[in-house]
Amino acid sequence: MKRRVLSFLLAASMVASLAACGGTSEGSSTDAPAAEEQTQETSGDTAEATEPAGEEGKIINVYSWNEEFKNRLEFVYDQYDKTSEDGTITYLKDGTEIHWTINPNQNGVYQTKLDEALLKQADASADEKIDIFLSETDYVTKYTDADADVALPLTDIGINPDTDLADQYPFTKVVASDINGVQRGTTWQACPCLFVYRRDIAKDALGTDDPDKVHEMVKDWATMKETAGKLKDKGYTVMASYADTFRAYGNSISKPWVEAGSTEINVDQQIVNWINDSKEWLDAGYFDPKVKGQWNDDWYKTMGSKSKSFGFLLPAWGIDFVVKPNWDGKDGSWAATDGPQAFNWGGSFIHACTGTDNPQHIKDIMLAFTGNKENLMAVTKEFVEFGNTMSGMKEIAEDDSFGADFLGGENPYKYFTPAADKITMATLSSYDQGCVELIQSSFTDYFDGNVDFEKAKANFETAIKERYPEITAINWP
Amino acid sequence: MEKGSKALKIRSIIAHVVLVILSFMCLFFFYILLINATRSHAELQRGFSIIPSTHFIENFMNVANDGTFPMIRGVFNSIIVSGGSAALCIYFSALTAYALYVYDFKLKKVAFTFIMAILVMPTQVTALGFLRLITNMGLYDSLIPLIIPSIASPAVFYFMYSYLQSSLPLSLVEAARIDGSGEFRTFNTIVLPIMKPALAVQAIFTFVGSWNNYFVPALVLETKSKFTVPILIATLRGADYMNMDMGKVYMMIAVAIVPIIIVYLVLSKSIIAGITLGGVKE
Amino acid sequence: MKGKKSISRAKWGYIFLIPFFLTYFIFSFIPLVDTIRNSFFEYYRSGLKIVGPNFVGLKNYAEVMGPDFLQYVGNTFILWIIGFIPQIVVALILAAWFTDARLKIHGLQFFKVVIYLPNLIMASAFAMLFFALFSNNGPINNILIDCGIIKDHIDFFGSVVGSRSIVGVMNFLMWFGNTSIMLMAAMMGVSQDVFEAAALDGCTPTQTFFRITLPLIRPILAYTLITSLIGGLQMFDVPQILTNGQGNPNRSVYSLIMWLNNFLRAPDYGRAGALSVYLFIISGILCFFVYKMMNDDDPDGSKKAAKKARKAGRRAA
Repeated sequence: MKRRVLSFLLAASMVASLAACGGTSEGSSTDAPAAEEQTQETSGDTAEATEPAGEEGKIINVYSWNEEFKNRLEFVYDQYDKTSEDGTITYLKDGTEIHWTINPNQNGVYQTKLDEALLKQADASADEKIDIFLSETDYVTKYTDADADVALPLTDIGINPDTDLADQYPFTKVVASDINGVQRGTTWQACPCLFVYRRDIAKDALGTDDPDKVHEMVKDWATMKETAGKLKDKGYTVMASYADTFRAYGNSISKPWVEAGSTEINVDQQIVNWINDSKEWLDAGYFDPKVKGQWNDDWYKTMGSKSKSFGFLLPAWGIDFVVKPNWDGKDGSWAATDGPQAFNWGGSFIHACTGTDNPQHIKDIMLAFTGNKENLMAVTKEFVEFGNTMSGMKEIAEDDSFGADFLGGENPYKYFTPAADKITMATLSSYDQGCVELIQSSFTDYFDGNVDFEKAKANFETAIKERYPEITAINWP
Repeated sequence: MEKGSKALKIRSIIAHVVLVILSFMCLFFFYILLINATRSHAELQRGFSIIPSTHFIENFMNVANDGTFPMIRGVFNSIIVSGGSAALCIYFSALTAYALYVYDFKLKKVAFTFIMAILVMPTQVTALGFLRLITNMGLYDSLIPLIIPSIASPAVFYFMYSYLQSSLPLSLVEAARIDGSGEFRTFNTIVLPIMKPALAVQAIFTFVGSWNNYFVPALVLETKSKFTVPILIATLRGADYMNMDMGKVYMMIAVAIVPIIIVYLVLSKSIIAGITLGGVKE
Repeated sequence: MKGKKSISRAKWGYIFLIPFFLTYFIFSFIPLVDTIRNSFFEYYRSGLKIVGPNFVGLKNYAEVMGPDFLQYVGNTFILWIIGFIPQIVVALILAAWFTDARLKIHGLQFFKVVIYLPNLIMASAFAMLFFALFSNNGPINNILIDCGIIKDHIDFFGSVVGSRSIVGVMNFLMWFGNTSIMLMAAMMGVSQDVFEAAALDGCTPTQTFFRITLPLIRPILAYTLITSLIGGLQMFDVPQILTNGQGNPNRSVYSLIMWLNNFLRAPDYGRAGALSVYLFIISGILCFFVYKMMNDDDPDGSKKAAKKARKAGRRAA
């Protein structure tokens, strides 16, 4: 029975994958009868999707990986009425029900379940079809792909991005657009990153904790390296982990990991720079050798008062939801300033799913959520994020009365807002999530000195080909 | 003789010391788990502690009162699935073992060899086709495919077979027949009671295996109200940075473990006795 | 053994076998055939596009059988053996102690109950705890440093030896209790007369153990070996969670099933199918050898049953 128990204990992510297989089965029995009546097909023909203005479905099915969207909808949407006790159904004032299907992001469960449902979308009955789904920056391109055509162009549901969403940050619109420049999703947040640092360490090692002065010491990578040397002399590390700089390099690559239509991965020079710099900094003692990557115990501990780590490169959500809960000292011990490079990290996109029977509602929700400055400002203040409204963020940045207690009354938007203006993100591909994840894990061995550079490269190539069977070659600069 | 008893004494001391160390190692993890369930998220992130904190009730309330997180429902589902699997598994494994032990028929050897051969098959090998199959059968997102397949459990069968070999005299079956008992009735009223210890052992093993199973349920279930406990825990852990609460996660794990520990402790005497009595011995 | 009469109620034998075989056929056999069929096709998903299924013959088999394959087989075997050896050694010793009345172990019942407990925890929860315990800033490192045993932290998960050992330790802890109880059962089945005779002949406890106990419980040892071997071949969740599915450092704790998992996750049904078939063949071969071992000196076990069946068959004929 040992065998039995063991095999049953099989955990975690295996699931994810296997769930995917369901997608390949032709039409599950539950939706078979309804499929007949389904007249509106999902071929992505623009004309079809726009027309059903009058007949709206009663149920809006939303796929998401967490309650972020739901919480904000409850907070800000004027048509919101109530949510059922178990949180699975939200009622709008006109009686329309929003049914939430939430699967964890962990191990890719969310995407596999979503993909499976999308593949069945054509055969599903109107009330079972997905109407809205969400995606993150790391894989948004997979779903905005013009050929896949699972996310409707915004124009199809009556939103004109140029006028209705004019106040959004341009890069967020680029990110959600397909190869032809057709925007197929929209977001309420932008995620520019700042350098968040400990004031006490700044005073001790650098002689000042003033954000502007500290910025001068971290304004580019070369200067930051010098500063790291100074910090090291005092026994501090400039950042916790080599992974803390990855997004800065990785989100400013010159061309996508995989170019459209290609099956070859291009490792950008920026990535190699990250590898070389990380190795150099780590060997020089500028990072904490005890911390491997992010989102683990060791990393969280570097945000505690006993830590010797100076700072982190984080977006707005990072300050409030990552640093703050792990900080055990007084408020006002941290400050934020511009880092060596402007970059974006994160962002959740709302998509209207091809085949939806609720285009009017979706349009309304999207506009209320991502095109309404007042709402965006309210969400920004309530959830401490960076709203996708250029004029609104400018106002907050200039509002001296607005300050974050955690940062000692400093107004971080003073730095966030100009940082957001500098971001260009035009180099996404649907392979980003795997590339970003696997390049970091493969080269951790190289940083640790377990393998040489060539072996780490080989390990990355093996891992990436496992993840993406269609990849034929990996080109290094 | 003097030397012998001295050696015995030393061996006895060594045995006790080793056993205490091993027991400590075994219990340590439960202790840490329970301690962690009493600590808040912030405390957990700060590091380990062996001293309980004060957030036990808070964590429990967080788990119990979260409407979006149907804990009671999950425990209930788990009990149905685990109880159902365990019951079906032991009953039909015993029946299969009985068939192959008591009766003589042409395909007996083939059947036996076949079952022993599939004993080696890793579950994962068929997972892919399994999901496809149940989707076509309309059993996707249902608890049934988590329960029914346990009827065919080669390893449990093998255990039952060995047990029968050691403890069921065929004369007893013969006697029952002379008394006019039907074949099926003989099995239910005479053979099953004899097999009680073996049934108890396999019941708990199957129950635990099913209770902790994440793999198949995560494959098959889609609706929140049907989730079993391990999937709920994964959902909690998968929550994003904004409502990530490790205190809640540990509490949920504790909640998931406590029922089986209780079942185990209650049954432990008969379980160990069951293994010891016959088990897979001569 | 009691005299075995052939009871000719063959029909009931077939009837009682129906539930097992029917269930097996539906829920295991059909999926198995499906998996094997997939292995001959190019069939995967790229983003949201499905490629295939196109028949490609043995291409998937050729692709899977590379140097990586052997490395992962090696990894899996190493991970299994470093958990299994201490497990079987400790289990044998414990079983011998538990069955030796002369040792007068206090709290025997307590120990028997406790050693099985780790088997009750979900492997994933167990792995989570271990990860926290052995992390660089974790309690194990802190205690070792505080006691002055080491100067700098030990990077358990950053070294091949460290991460493999942790997987081994976890497997040991989870399974030694189970194995002990099984072996204890086997030892109790050995007649006490044998031991008394041995003691009278002046055997030391060690001699008794190696010359008498071990040979007598050989079938159950083989059973333990088989189940553990199959369990080892299926090793997945512990290394998966400890290494975040990557099997690092340097893919040294990357097991076969983790590999399969990554194929399924891609998803690449073709190569997943081919790997599944290889796994099936490997487990078949391994078990063939163990069965053979059992067959040689096995007074019980499957072979005996098979023999019995043969004999019975002959008699019937």
